[in-house]
Amino acid sequence: MPLIPEIVSPKSAAAPSIVGAPTIEKETHAKEALDLPWHVVVHNDPVNLMSYVTMVFQRVFGFPRDKAERHMLEVHQKGRSILWSGMRERAELYVQQLHGYLLLATIEKVS
Amino acid sequence: MEIRRRKNQIEISELDPFLAELLRQIPASANTEGAPAAEQRIFTSPANGKESELCAEWKMYVQPELRRLFQTATQTVGADLEQLNGNEKSLANRTLRIPTKHADAWLSALNQARLVIAAKNNFTELELNDHLRSPIGSRRDLSLFQVNFYGFLQEFILRELDC
Repeated sequence: MPLIPEIVSPKSAAAPSIVGAPTIEKETHAKEALDLPWHVVVHNDPVNLMSYVTMVFQRVFGFPRDKAERHMLEVHQKGRSILWSGMRERAELYVQQLHGYLLLATIEKVS
Repeated sequence: MEIRRRKNQIEISELDPFLAELLRQIPASANTEGAPAAEQRIFTSPANGKESELCAEWKMYVQPELRRLFQTATQTVGADLEQLNGNEKSLANRTLRIPTKHADAWLSALNQARLVIAAKNNFTELELNDHLRSPIGSRRDLSLFQVNFYGFLQEFILRELDC
């Protein structure tokens, strides 16, 4: 059975046609949609150097230097910064990368 | 001590025996064995409490990978530091050459060592930011000096990577 339902053009709509049983497609994206969004949060750490944290943000998120520095300063001054928001799987991957650089990072579900 | 970039190497020259010994201590200083506070800092939780399933999976699957990653970095640094092997006398004014392709391993190992030392000594933010501290008078002072010295090396490597 074809996955894509046959489109009946208006021209031939009046003509008799054989119509098969309707295809019921599962909504596989519903759970992911409900999952959105998760935050990737980086927390302040007095040991990690500011220049090091900036470099990590540039590498992991591909941020330009000024954006990476803004986030680094937010972490330093406010204790935390949300670096990225989106689907859980990707958020976990980012946190894993950040842990690989020894930064204090967590994922948080938006309440 | 002098530190400079020379082609594809970072060269640390005129190393006196004390600083050479601090460098040789990097891999050992990064070791978390027997120090739960350090282990906790190096392998942190990916979520704040509520996600217990994620935390359990993280411990089982992600942490072993991270452990391997960190060990690889300290092993690379350890191999570079073999240049400094020898008796005390031969350590006088030695030169250490770090290939720039090892820069990431050095950044990681230095960071591991700084975090482990800070966790073991429970240094406060105030202590860590006190760069005008008086000369070394205790084991704790020495550890703080070690953290700052490793930080200085990190800064230099970062600057070179930026070029």
